[in-house]
Amino acid sequence: MARITAGVATSHVPAIGAALDLGKSGSDYWQPLFDGYDWSKEWIAKEKPDVVVLIYNDHASAFSLAVLPTFAIGCAERYAIADEGFGPRPVPEVIGHADLACHITENLILDEFDMTIINEMSVDHGLTVPLSLMFGQPEAWPVKVVPIAVNVVEYPQPTGNRCFELGKALRKAIRSYDEDLNVQVWGTGGMSHQLQGPRAGLINSEFDHEFFDQLVLDPDTLKKVPHIEYLREAGSEGIEMIMWLIMRGALGKKVKELYRFYHVPASNTAVGHLILKPTK
Amino acid sequence: MNDHEEFDDIPGTTVFTTKRSRQGFQLNQFCMSLMKPENRERFRGDERTYLDEWSMTEAQKQAVLARDYNAAIAEGGNIYFLAKIFATDGQSFQQAAASMTGMTSDEYAQMMLSGGRSPEGQRSIKEGR
Repeated sequence: MARITAGVATSHVPAIGAALDLGKSGSDYWQPLFDGYDWSKEWIAKEKPDVVVLIYNDHASAFSLAVLPTFAIGCAERYAIADEGFGPRPVPEVIGHADLACHITENLILDEFDMTIINEMSVDHGLTVPLSLMFGQPEAWPVKVVPIAVNVVEYPQPTGNRCFELGKALRKAIRSYDEDLNVQVWGTGGMSHQLQGPRAGLINSEFDHEFFDQLVLDPDTLKKVPHIEYLREAGSEGIEMIMWLIMRGALGKKVKELYRFYHVPASNTAVGHLILKPTK
Repeated sequence: MNDHEEFDDIPGTTVFTTKRSRQGFQLNQFCMSLMKPENRERFRGDERTYLDEWSMTEAQKQAVLARDYNAAIAEGGNIYFLAKIFATDGQSFQQAAASMTGMTSDEYAQMMLSGGRSPEGQRSIKEGR
């Protein structure tokens, strides 16, 4: 049977992708950030996951306002890299695991999570920057990916509770797949940031550190945090952190924290990164 | 329909609600069109003519022409859609964000290097916290 072996959370700031693609990762500005992922790169090279179920949000790339799904899952064999206005990132195309994705989709929907099914889409920095941070710049990504896209662009985003419950359903779905696969679940986005208006640039490291702690130890309290609190405390774009709750829900009750990293700033954003292992 | 008074209580922030999404639909769809290189080229060649192909309001068109992103957001624009405009201009997300704060790019970059904008006094207008 498929096993969920770890959960990874990481921010997915577009400027991180640009820094890597333009060869600036060793600069004074960027090096401290990339150094924070050295441990993770070594760890994942040893872990060798077969598949990453990657929870992210599309940033007006695959989904315009014509159709905006709240939760969507990619069942495709492959995903092209989106052109976000400056040409596609020069990274390998993303290879899906269509069979696992179809299995997850059927199970989630029968478990009453009404997923939108995607059979063709391009993926933007929300999905590719986490891959770059964890795997660097390989010729081909060393994992297959099942993308799960969450609407965090337009209010109302799904509640923290709904995200956490989706994670729990995802856990059941993955673990009922009849093939011995090493599966990781990644939650991406955040942490505190605001990209718009006179309040742009807001960073709340106190909120972020509490979020880390509660995600690990007390997600049942964390899942109740309402939209308005994310908006006030973590900035208008900080609500992306609800996606970390899906990952946490997929790991089961208890987890062990293997690694934590926090860095300000990457462009407008506080970068947070966490690696968790489910424990019995 | 909720009127979301509590959102208006957050200083310097516009929450992109379903209502705003309706208001800004054409503006945001225009932004999406800039994901194609041939459209970027046409837009760069003659911005006004390109904008006139969209049923946007004059205020939305003016906000785009002036690269006034606060005005564009007031007219229903969403920052992730507007990002296609400043990507077309070769501007970074940080430069675009700075332009909305009344700070220079350098001042804003310095604020971010010093840990970002503090949430103190930025949470609620009514409660002054």
